[in-house]
Amino acid sequence: MSDLTRMSAAQLAAAIASGEASATEVTNAHLERIAAVDDRVHAFLHVDAEGARAAALDVDERRSAGEPLGPLAGVPVGVKDIVVTRGVPTTAGSKILEGWRPPYDATIVERMRAAGLVMLGKTNLDEFAMGSSTEYSAYGPTYNPWDLGRIPGGSGGGSAAALAAYEAPLTVGTDTGGSIRQPGAVTGTVGAKPTYGGTSRYGLVAFSSSLDTPGPCARTVEDAALLHAVLAGHDPRDSTSIPQPVPDVVGAARQGATGDLTGVRLGLVREFGGEGAEAGVTAAFRDGLDALTKLGAEVVEVSCPNFQYALPAYYLIAPSECSSNLARFDGVRYGLRVGDDGNRALEEVMSLTREAGFGPEVKRRVIIGTYALSSGYYDAYYGQAQKVRTLITRDFTAAFERVDVLVSPTTPFVAFPLGSRTSDPYQMYLADLYTIPVNLYGGPAISVPCGLSEGLPVGFQIMAPTLADDRMYRVAAALESAVGTLTPGELS
Amino acid sequence: MAAISREEVAHLARLSRLAVTEEELDLFAGQLDVILQAVARVGEVVAEDIPPTSHSVPLTNVLRDDIEVPCLTADEALAGAPDVEEGRFRVPRILEEEV
Amino acid sequence: MTVTLPPYDDVVARYEPVIGLETHVELGTRTKMFCGCPIDFGGQPNTRICPVCLGLPGSLPVANKAAIEATIRIGLALNCTIATWSRFARKNYFYPDMPKNYQISQYDEPLCVDGWLDVEVEGEIVRVGIERVHLEEDTGKTLHVGGATGRIHGATESLVDYNRAGIPLVEIVTKPVPGTGALAPIVARAYVTELRDVIRSLGVSDVRMEQGSLRCDVNTSLSLPGAEWGTRTETKNVNSLRSVERAVRSEILRQAPILDAGGKIKQETRHFHEDTGETTAGRSKETATDYRYFPEPDLVPLAPDPAWVATLKESLPELPRVHRKRLQTDWGLSDLDMQSVVNAGAVELIEETVAAGASPEGARKWWLGELARRANEAGVELVEVGATPAHVAELQGLVDGGKLNDKLARTVLEGVIAGEGTPTEIMTARGLEVVSDTGALTAAVDDAIAANPDVAAKIREGKVAAAGVLVGAVMKATRGQADAKTVRELIIARLS
Ligand SMILES: [Zn+2]
Repeated sequence: MSDLTRMSAAQLAAAIASGEASATEVTNAHLERIAAVDDRVHAFLHVDAEGARAAALDVDERRSAGEPLGPLAGVPVGVKDIVVTRGVPTTAGSKILEGWRPPYDATIVERMRAAGLVMLGKTNLDEFAMGSSTEYSAYGPTYNPWDLGRIPGGSGGGSAAALAAYEAPLTVGTDTGGSIRQPGAVTGTVGAKPTYGGTSRYGLVAFSSSLDTPGPCARTVEDAALLHAVLAGHDPRDSTSIPQPVPDVVGAARQGATGDLTGVRLGLVREFGGEGAEAGVTAAFRDGLDALTKLGAEVVEVSCPNFQYALPAYYLIAPSECSSNLARFDGVRYGLRVGDDGNRALEEVMSLTREAGFGPEVKRRVIIGTYALSSGYYDAYYGQAQKVRTLITRDFTAAFERVDVLVSPTTPFVAFPLGSRTSDPYQMYLADLYTIPVNLYGGPAISVPCGLSEGLPVGFQIMAPTLADDRMYRVAAALESAVGTLTPGELS
Repeated sequence: MAAISREEVAHLARLSRLAVTEEELDLFAGQLDVILQAVARVGEVVAEDIPPTSHSVPLTNVLRDDIEVPCLTADEALAGAPDVEEGRFRVPRILEEEV
Repeated sequence: MTVTLPPYDDVVARYEPVIGLETHVELGTRTKMFCGCPIDFGGQPNTRICPVCLGLPGSLPVANKAAIEATIRIGLALNCTIATWSRFARKNYFYPDMPKNYQISQYDEPLCVDGWLDVEVEGEIVRVGIERVHLEEDTGKTLHVGGATGRIHGATESLVDYNRAGIPLVEIVTKPVPGTGALAPIVARAYVTELRDVIRSLGVSDVRMEQGSLRCDVNTSLSLPGAEWGTRTETKNVNSLRSVERAVRSEILRQAPILDAGGKIKQETRHFHEDTGETTAGRSKETATDYRYFPEPDLVPLAPDPAWVATLKESLPELPRVHRKRLQTDWGLSDLDMQSVVNAGAVELIEETVAAGASPEGARKWWLGELARRANEAGVELVEVGATPAHVAELQGLVDGGKLNDKLARTVLEGVIAGEGTPTEIMTARGLEVVSDTGALTAAVDDAIAANPDVAAKIREGKVAAAGVLVGAVMKATRGQADAKTVRELIIARLS
């Protein structure tokens, strides 16, 4: 048997189904890999070896008993630590939740357990998913397996780095403004944000409720589609969950892998063409575009004039919702409490708790959000941002009347050195320039590797109309078939 | 002109129940000013008759039937609490009145 | 010559009161507003909670259809327009009884707007405008420990129970009600009474003020006739119908001297004290809290379609005012008599007593007579007096069947109120039954005749009026347990 940690999820599932490898062997191989490299990568905040082995054993027993198994049964998965897991510590990357063991599972965790996936542990992230580098994790940064001196993207840097370092074949992320796609891009992996409402938010520690979307991270497009199919589907516990059936993303990925895109129209957003992206990123993206046209796709330039306001609108909407969502962390019902010395009043203890429990980026966003929702400023900020959101949605709708998908680089720059953007928060925000518009619209988008720039991976983003998640998988798989997957060198 | 003053930041921090330090105030005031000037660009858009979008899903009337679901046990509910007394969540004395 | 008016009459002769009421009604749904936790009171603390109503990270609300329907029905019963587009909003403020530190409520897009409720006061109809009816979630309960009175001041710590958190709460806000003059306190009470009856008739809440399932805040302001309305205060902690009336009256009496002295009324929350009947200052509202309302992103809008609303409208029962008209006819009461029944809060009690078998006259006599007197003495509402319609019907049945006379029945009722059991049980246990055994009575009559030969002689001579003396003697001998009419007939039969 070849190295189990280098295999794709689809290959592992096939090996387990055929009895070539047991789920226990696959799990142990990944736990060993984690033990060997994670002190350098720091992709995981918590490894649940015991739980993983028990889940793997269960799959092996069910297989022996002849029970039917799902297409990913026995395959290990890492879960971003903002997803609530029953009995397993869930911190959201924040000190304020240190030690919290939730009494319930997120819907997507229930679905993965039911599908026989084996949860290895919880992956690192920027605190409450606010950030683009994973440097804002209260538990220390994650390092990019391509260059340990660089960031793995954020907020789901742990989920992306775990894939690139072969610690897990699949991971789960959440995408509010690019937190699945941007880490995917800078680690040379695949990250997909489903249609908002296509995957349940029940059990996601909320950052920005109207934007948060959980989705799959993998090393191949097919693997991402396989995990997508497990995660997605209507959830009556999430009022914003879509009741329509999930499109056949796995079928679309397999169709795309045949390499035929005849008649597919790719929309190039004119407004993304200006300054912003590094030359190497633009070059790699152009190579990807050329590869797709060779497969029969047609490139059409489209105009989305309101995209220039996406970043400002996002940085009003997301902080506003987060200022309210994070109010519950007050040291009363769970988590940290600081300063309760018997003399201080509750109000002071709450303020000291939140001061000690939240990191600087969270505090900045809470303050901005509180400001933007204040009665005197609501219309100019939050209200106006929601109108801009309408206009951006109209831009997408108009564009999709002319093209099947929109394409762009995933992020303007390759993985940057640790510490290079933390002192200027707004420079960090620019990492999300290309990923944010589709979050405001709600449609699906995927990042897939398209090449290297100065030896570092560049991501290619494909955006599709809402509910047409299958379409982006088809194009992504076609690109992958032309460009191939990217493999980092051994960890240095 | 600054979009936001140090005093405003201090006021917002109090509203948000954040006991920020003087150093943080100095740091945040500058950073938030940059951010707010940048995001204020949404104001450039003429959008008077544009309806706001608060949800990207066009759903309405998502309701559940009035059917019981099992509760947490008291132990589960209280397990994560920093302080518990007589089956209740204990908090220090409260200064402000109930709203 | 100057006339010195009593203070209240003096005040309302010079100032025009404007009142407004905000009423919260806890709905009697099976489960909470946004989760499937059961609503049942009396459970151990923190045993009726789940990730949603405890506000655990990651949990999400889903609105209870029954609560939405109940709110729409309340809106329809209050002649409101039902919104075709309505949303929940978050009201953000920190308080430990609120698990998320925001309350899911409604702000600028409530479910029902612009209605009215007619109330009858002293034979006149007063139309109270309804501003809005909206739906929100209740908070948990906080126990203040270490203070002298269980109040927040002086407490050393507080303990929170979230069983109540998330129970659906309907808020009904009136428009300001001007022009009621001296009747303002009575109008306020009549409005809450009528509202309570309407909601009870809908079957959506038990609307028990004493148990907190109906809570009322009373706004009061005074202004000079023709002048702009004055600054209003908001009085909380008004826990009974009687308190509604008293709270308005006491605010009118408190505000007037301040205005007389050229002072200003502070916009503030005030607390009503049942014991003193006065209000004390609470939180100042001059620095209005900024709740940073915004549309609740975890919920989607409500868009009640006309067919749904029409179905709900069809389900409305006969409303109390109509219902009362019908009862008045059935019971054969004059307007004045019916008004006294309404004022006593006895409509339903009498209705239920009649349903349990009593005659309307009998039922009315007990509830408005003996029981009203006792409720008044005890300072409680009639419904809390300790006797149920079933008791009263049974009692009246015993009287009608000749087993109790009026005096005995009152004694039995005393036992019922004391909780000794049903009327029949008490009658038997205390041996209060009317002596109807003719043998025993005849013996007592014969004894009385023998002991009073002079009187007996007079009766024999046809002076029947003298029989009273012998009746008295027999009644004394039977300790009141004989039927006086029967005794009288027996005596006359014996002596003719
Ligand atoms: Zn609950």
